[in-house]
Amino acid sequence: MTGDQRSLALLLFGVFVVATLTITAWAGRRRHGSPEEFYTGGRLFSPMENGFAIAGDYMSAASFLGISGLIALFGYDGVLYCVGFFVAWLVVLLVVAELVRNCGRFTLADVLAARMRERRVRIAAGISSVTVCVLYLVAQMVGAGSLVALLIGETGGRARAWTVIGVGTLMVVFVALGGMRATTWIQIVKAVLLMGGATALTALVLIRFRGDLDALLSTAAHNSGHGADFLAPGLKYGGDWTARLDFISLGLALVLGTAGLPHILSRFYTVPTARAARRSVIWSIGLIGGFYLMTIVLGFGAAAVLGTDAVRTSSAAGNTAVPLLALDLGGGAGSTGGTVLFAVVAAIAFATILAVVAGITLASSASVAHDLYGSLRRRAGCTPRGEVVVARIAAVGIGVAAIGLGLLADDLNVAFLVGLAFAAAASANLPVLLYSLFWRRFTARGAVWSVYGGLLPAVVLVVLSPVVSGGPDAIFSGVDFHLFPLQNPGLVSVPLGFLAGWLGTVTGPAPADVPGHAAQHAETEVRALTGAGAA
Amino acid sequence: MDMHNARDTGAARREDPWYDALASGWGETDGTAEGPPRARPPAAQAVYTEVHASAAFQEVRRRYRRFVFPAAAAFLIWYLAYVVAAITAPQLMARPVVGTLNVAMAAGLGQFATTFLLTWAYARHARLRRDRVALELRWVTQEMTRRHGR
Repeated sequence: MTGDQRSLALLLFGVFVVATLTITAWAGRRRHGSPEEFYTGGRLFSPMENGFAIAGDYMSAASFLGISGLIALFGYDGVLYCVGFFVAWLVVLLVVAELVRNCGRFTLADVLAARMRERRVRIAAGISSVTVCVLYLVAQMVGAGSLVALLIGETGGRARAWTVIGVGTLMVVFVALGGMRATTWIQIVKAVLLMGGATALTALVLIRFRGDLDALLSTAAHNSGHGADFLAPGLKYGGDWTARLDFISLGLALVLGTAGLPHILSRFYTVPTARAARRSVIWSIGLIGGFYLMTIVLGFGAAAVLGTDAVRTSSAAGNTAVPLLALDLGGGAGSTGGTVLFAVVAAIAFATILAVVAGITLASSASVAHDLYGSLRRRAGCTPRGEVVVARIAAVGIGVAAIGLGLLADDLNVAFLVGLAFAAAASANLPVLLYSLFWRRFTARGAVWSVYGGLLPAVVLVVLSPVVSGGPDAIFSGVDFHLFPLQNPGLVSVPLGFLAGWLGTVTGPAPADVPGHAAQHAETEVRALTGAGAA
Repeated sequence: MDMHNARDTGAARREDPWYDALASGWGETDGTAEGPPRARPPAAQAVYTEVHASAAFQEVRRRYRRFVFPAAAAFLIWYLAYVVAAITAPQLMARPVVGTLNVAMAAGLGQFATTFLLTWAYARHARLRRDRVALELRWVTQEMTRRHGR
């Protein structure tokens, strides 16, 4: 990267930071400090606004740069990967969004606690929500460090460390001062920038190939050095059977995990009704689907225009495929157009990281304050306003922890963390959510079993997996205690989460013996499907 | 209509035992195993049980489940079949269809197409077959709860 590109990219970063801080200040004016305002932004966003914000929350830099890079390096296997991220939204639309909006107030645990009315259920759900958020957050922070360093051309450890600290500080400021309102607007702005950038680049790729997708694909296959194999599955996930099972495990985690991500669920509370929640998911499905389709064009475009070898030389993981493609499409290195496009792409990636980490920090601070602190300290007299103060402090604490973990994990290969966060969400959060919304017999005992029965296997299996020990790329490469062959635990832990919930319920006392069980189920169903008495 | 509805929610919320149970008295349940649920006004719960048993609610519930369960099963099976086929039978997936378009690419685009299609079908089903009845039930339930609350 030349000096011009770097200074322009830094200038655009600066503009975005100033804009987001302005949004935060604007959102923080006339602040009341009520939980409704801090956690949900007052529940008055329109479906379109929320749809953009959901898309902004979901489409991470890993999607923008990572997936297109994966396609540029491995062709079709990158497409296989992104389909899971997209199809998952059908689970959200069909069985989660409306019912969660009707039954809950601020967090995932609210939905469960509303039916079970037991503190241990809320605590279990709070613990699993915070775990999922922290896993996802650390992945994003480490990714941010290496990505920004790569984009501005400073590969030294110092630039990475300062990026992690800077991103962490900014996200804490957004969340602690602006709450949900500021976070939502930052996500909306980011989604517009990301969609705009992706659309412009896709248009330039299509113009380059005169709209002929056939020519684009055959050029990509030719320039990749793999020929027709590039357009078929198998280059990345087609190794031995362990690697293949690993991908099936990841696919399962992706498609079921999205509906259990706390930062996605909390977005449904920002609109007034379940109908608005449905319409916001429809908006986000349109945006996310369009975005992934463009990502596919950009990935094959990078392979066709630059060649796979050039992409791999620049970054082994392929993360610079899109920025390099932008440079070429704008007129090549040294040209004004290329410089501007490269800097714009770098700035969009930076905006993307900031918006995503702010959303996760907000969701985890809500879980800490509302689910964990709230249920442990209620007896001592915790007011709603006091809870918001705790949530702001929690945001600072989570930010500091994320910065610390991000700096510690700086050199480690943490790409598996995103898959792990999805697997934990699919194993611990989704089974309990579906059981309590749809299963009449389900009990509090089953809920607790379901959460821990999904969360513990997911975490333990990863500790025993080859990503932690035993291989040259492992976190502890010196020792070998890996007993579980797969990198992603989803294939085992998701069924275990469902099984544990079922076992915990059927081995407990029969619901007929528990007073009010049938009435609580009836109340949950009526609330879920009609919205009666919804917050 | 929406405005009216929103105001109604606000008014009902203050008298809603569910809301209170969450907002204040929640921590009063101790965490011991299978403790008795917190005492709640039986009248409010009776309202929900009554609405739950009503023909109108059972119809909404049936319509929702009859669309969602088969649809969810269908797309999950279709997605898993796609992933398993790509992983276990790459030769089959590499077969050309038209030009550079092979089975794998067609199936991948098919996943996008079915997702968009099912989204549209679900939205249409919910709008035409559920929304109106659900809104009426919400209104009725809140009216009944309020009367019992007094």
